Amino acid sequence: MASKTKKAVIDQKKYFDALSKQFEMVQILNEKGEVVHPELMPDLNDDQLVELMTRMVWTRVLDQRSISLNRQGRLGFYAPTAGQEASQLASHYALDKADYILPGYRDVPQLIWHGLPLTKAFLFSRGHFAGNQYPDDLNVLPPQIIIGAQIVQAAGVALGLKKRDKKQVVITYTGDGGSSQGDFYEGMNFAGAFHAPAIFVVQNNQFAISTPREKQTAAPTLAQKAVAAGIVGIQVDGMDPLAVYAATHFARERAVNGEGPTLIETLTYRYGPHTLSGDDPTRYRTKELDGEWELKDPIVRFRAFLEEKGLWNEEKENEVIEQAKEEIKTAIKEADATPKQKVTDLLNNMYETPTASVKEQLAIYEAKESK
Amino acid sequence: MAQKTMIQAITDALAVELKNDENVLVFGEDVGKNGGVFRATEGLQDEFGEERVFDTPLAESGIGGLAIGLALEGYRPVPEIQFFGFVFEVMDSVVGQMARLRYRTGGTRTAPITIRAPFGGGVHTPELHADNLEGLMAQSPGLKVVIPSTPYDAKGLLISAIRDNDPVVFLEHMKLYRSFREEVPEGEYTVPLGKAAVRREGTDVTIIAYGAMVQESVKAAEALEKDGVSAEVIDLRTISPLDTETIVTSVKKTGRVVMVQEAQKQAGIAANVIAEINDRAILSLEAPVMRVTAPDSVFPFSQAEQVWLPNHNDIIQRVKEVLAF
Repeated sequence: MASKTKKAVIDQKKYFDALSKQFEMVQILNEKGEVVHPELMPDLNDDQLVELMTRMVWTRVLDQRSISLNRQGRLGFYAPTAGQEASQLASHYALDKADYILPGYRDVPQLIWHGLPLTKAFLFSRGHFAGNQYPDDLNVLPPQIIIGAQIVQAAGVALGLKKRDKKQVVITYTGDGGSSQGDFYEGMNFAGAFHAPAIFVVQNNQFAISTPREKQTAAPTLAQKAVAAGIVGIQVDGMDPLAVYAATHFARERAVNGEGPTLIETLTYRYGPHTLSGDDPTRYRTKELDGEWELKDPIVRFRAFLEEKGLWNEEKENEVIEQAKEEIKTAIKEADATPKQKVTDLLNNMYETPTASVKEQLAIYEAKESK
Repeated sequence: MAQKTMIQAITDALAVELKNDENVLVFGEDVGKNGGVFRATEGLQDEFGEERVFDTPLAESGIGGLAIGLALEGYRPVPEIQFFGFVFEVMDSVVGQMARLRYRTGGTRTAPITIRAPFGGGVHTPELHADNLEGLMAQSPGLKVVIPSTPYDAKGLLISAIRDNDPVVFLEHMKLYRSFREEVPEGEYTVPLGKAAVRREGTDVTIIAYGAMVQESVKAAEALEKDGVSAEVIDLRTISPLDTETIVTSVKKTGRVVMVQEAQKQAGIAANVIAEINDRAILSLEAPVMRVTAPDSVFPFSQAEQVWLPNHNDIIQRVKEVLAF
């Protein structure tokens, strides 16, 4: 009897070990840019690899320029993105143009690469409605400020795509802190119950403002929260563009084949503050931790990988940097030239047909504005 | 024409719109096979299929998000919140999201969503089923808030609400669901949003009400008539935006007003109606505009409803105070 009991205990341990390993981090490129999992290598040709690097470098420049434009008062609300290029852009690169994006407030780069004119991104930052006026065929919403709201809305878009029999998906992004919201669970659970084509990305950049990820939950991974919704969960190295791309591509294939939603946790880091609205990361983050993550920089490792293959060099990178700076300069000028907002604009955007009360107020402000 | 209860008129309106527009979707907790906890959606899933009329998981916030997402894909969602006391779970989706969608996208995306929800006292429901929370909705720019008091209006207003290209909160008073029948035309017809109805013409005092308080007001007016007082009763029908034109026309005729709501004094929309009258017709007033409301406590334990809810006697008393001012 005794030996039988002992055997059962050993089996249990194996069982639970296997469970915990289910959510171990998927990596393809290590920090030196070496392929550690060739069997997972995504099917990307040389041009596509170069395009992905181009986007990552361009977006790093956008982040640097956005920070300085913000400091000069030429931009408003801005949530830094440096460090998250692989997480944001490689996940986006796995999408189709017709796919939907429901971004969080830090996910402006995905919108830009989906087709949002840079000028509009800058107008969003400044707080101008024209920044959120999107072309009809751009399947995205403006960055969501209410953390979690994009997740329940994504479940609805996904159900809509399924009902229309479209071979498209919706992707939505939140952070590590966002995974504690009720809407995060509800959105995943709804998409799961409806077998709807959604991809939920949790960009775990280790901190929600000053609160470290460990204080959000006792769960050892955020990917395992998928279990509560009965959907597939994957944790990837969010500093590894190839792993992020491969996981998103896999999730997209599953979704368009009617196999339901996937949750992807990307382990990443923001080098900058939470936002530029007064957050000071030195209050809660050590230099050592910053240094550790700087070694994992997605651009550094992807550069090494591409250089090894003879696909990238300093000259090429400088070209991208110069081009980014030029485009940013032009976009800021266009933003400057956008007409100022009037109260009548805001009132006119409230309803299809203004209510009697709005009509009265329109008359009052029209008179004011014509002075 | 057929004699219908309000709940039958509502089902009828949903069927008309499901037939008219293939983008109309009806969903919520137990609205499918079960036909809704009040039978408001009875038979609709059988007639239109599970793709059009379906149940959801038990999560109001998720339902709100679902509606917004479906609207982005070109659908015309008609979600149900089982009882409006549960709106707090979905306040962000309603007030923080769908009410703002047109504005925040500069008119490029819209939310043609109609949220149906029962509310209202007098039927001894458990906690947080009957609360009068319309005031919260009426304070939210971007929403329209409709509260019918008759079967005829319920059908016509609901069809208008569903066809409206902006979000509408459509609140159905539980006590009125089956309390009386009325002639309701077959097929489609609309009652315009934002337009009040004069339920009873009068010359001495204007009683303004909505929801279950309309019937109480008519009852009060009938009693007052026996005392030689001619009361005009206005049913607001839409509480946001207000039909100030109909209100002001009546006030200018009678010079005296009592504003009636089932909600607590600090809630509802009575204060807003009074402010509009003060702004627009103060020179016509012979007396201050007075209110009939519930007391400022939490909605009563069910056995205390009768002493708490405002009724026709409260209205009669208040009218007499206004006349004697």
